[in-house]
Amino acid sequence: MCGIVGLLLKNRALRPQLGELMVPMLIGMTERGPDSSGMAVFTDRVAVGDRKISLYCKERNFAWPSFEGLLRQHHGVSRCEIKVNHCIVTTDSDPQQVREWLAREFPAVHVLSVGRSIDLYKDVGLPAAVADRYAFKRLSGTHVVGHTRMATESAVTPENAHPYTAGEDWCLVHNGSLANPGSIRRKLEKLGSRFESDCDTEGACRYLHWRIQSGDTLETALEHAFEDFDGFFTFLMGTENKLAVVRDPFACKPAVVAETDDYVAIASEFRSLAHLPGVKHAELFEPKPAEVYSWTVQ
Amino acid sequence: MDGAVNASSRSVVFDLARQELRDLNKFLHGDLRGVGSVTVENPDGANSIAVGINAPVMVEVNGHAGYYVAGMNQGGTVVVHGNAGPGCAENMMSGRVEVTGFASGGAGASAHGGLLVIRGDAGLRCGISLKGGDIVVGGDVGSFSGFMAQAGRMVVCGSAGEGLGDSIYEAVIYVRGTVTALGSDARLEPMGEDDLRVVGKLLADAGMSHLPSEFKRIASAKTLYHWNADANLTY
Repeated sequence: MCGIVGLLLKNRALRPQLGELMVPMLIGMTERGPDSSGMAVFTDRVAVGDRKISLYCKERNFAWPSFEGLLRQHHGVSRCEIKVNHCIVTTDSDPQQVREWLAREFPAVHVLSVGRSIDLYKDVGLPAAVADRYAFKRLSGTHVVGHTRMATESAVTPENAHPYTAGEDWCLVHNGSLANPGSIRRKLEKLGSRFESDCDTEGACRYLHWRIQSGDTLETALEHAFEDFDGFFTFLMGTENKLAVVRDPFACKPAVVAETDDYVAIASEFRSLAHLPGVKHAELFEPKPAEVYSWTVQ
Repeated sequence: MDGAVNASSRSVVFDLARQELRDLNKFLHGDLRGVGSVTVENPDGANSIAVGINAPVMVEVNGHAGYYVAGMNQGGTVVVHGNAGPGCAENMMSGRVEVTGFASGGAGASAHGGLLVIRGDAGLRCGISLKGGDIVVGGDVGSFSGFMAQAGRMVVCGSAGEGLGDSIYEAVIYVRGTVTALGSDARLEPMGEDDLRVVGKLLADAGMSHLPSEFKRIASAKTLYHWNADANLTY
């Protein structure tokens, strides 16, 4: 079992409150996922030549200030925000070069996400504890994809927590499990994908990203996924300007959507939406199986 | 802690914004003599509201309910003024459960008796393994509804998805709209006098007004009732 939550703000005036609205949604799904949780927050885009890179280090005593010093010496860094054991860097260096430099010089530092819009946080612990640790309440932005995890097929570790990312400004969270993650993984590894965890969801995330990079739309990529994924899933996905949800053809895992003029909110269960302003008058529905629903930031 | 008792009308209010769900359910499992009705305010999608009722009590839930609302109901009347999560009225024994909005997957699963009324749509697997209960759905039902249903009746005023009545036993399904696909061993049968009477009665009980003659009957072709060695695993 796991919990998924997503929120896209249509009303610009609410964007500074994105975190404040989202945290109760995340905490509402604690019973579905008490092991770990995470959030991908999509903010206003940085400049065309810049990229934001979200970093994570498992070591609690990692010397982030000296890391920042060395990072700034070797790469063009305009912002470096350290939050506990996460760090969000804005750089005009090639993200691939930064990645390679990190792998060489700081192998304990993992890249969680890259993009012009996405910031990513994930860690083990109760959702309330993770939300406090990284001050999720203070986050602002256009949309957010969150997850609470109850591990079923891989260990409880920060790297096995969701959201997963691939490429730039793309993330996915998953409620459910896949029975053929190994074959998906082997297929993608042959095509050059590098995996960083042993969670089945990483395969789903990289598979869909690979299809979209190969020319599919999200809809056609998911059509292929219905053929190639053996298992059950509700996926919630974020791109720099979209929030999308899909349930497997048997709709094994729940999802409910609340839409108002101000926002679109998605959660595994309504109890994560009950606190949202105006939800009593929201249009409520459950996504139909095997149908792709997406909303675009205006 | 008990809810606030209104002495004159013998009605009790539980406000889940400040009272525990567990206290509501404990109250419902206690001595309910003299209690006419229980109102649940601010359910906010909580799971397992009013499960295990075993008395002719009236419970009104003012808002959306989560998983298993009114599960195992025996003799109670539960009205959800809103939507219900997965497994509403699952394993109901008797009584009545009504959902004014939509119900998620597995509504009325395994119900042995009683009547479940869903005014909106029901999700997938509505009435799965039905064991004698009756279900009336004002809107559509999702795929795999009535799967392995053993006894009881389902009346669907809208349409049904795929795999309707797959491997059904003695239960009967009536559908007014279209059926995307029948499940294995389910077949359309002509509506008889008894069917028209049953559908008319259930629609009246549910407070819905359609002509019984607009419904189709779906029941078991009974080809799966006995082992067929010649089928060569082609079921």
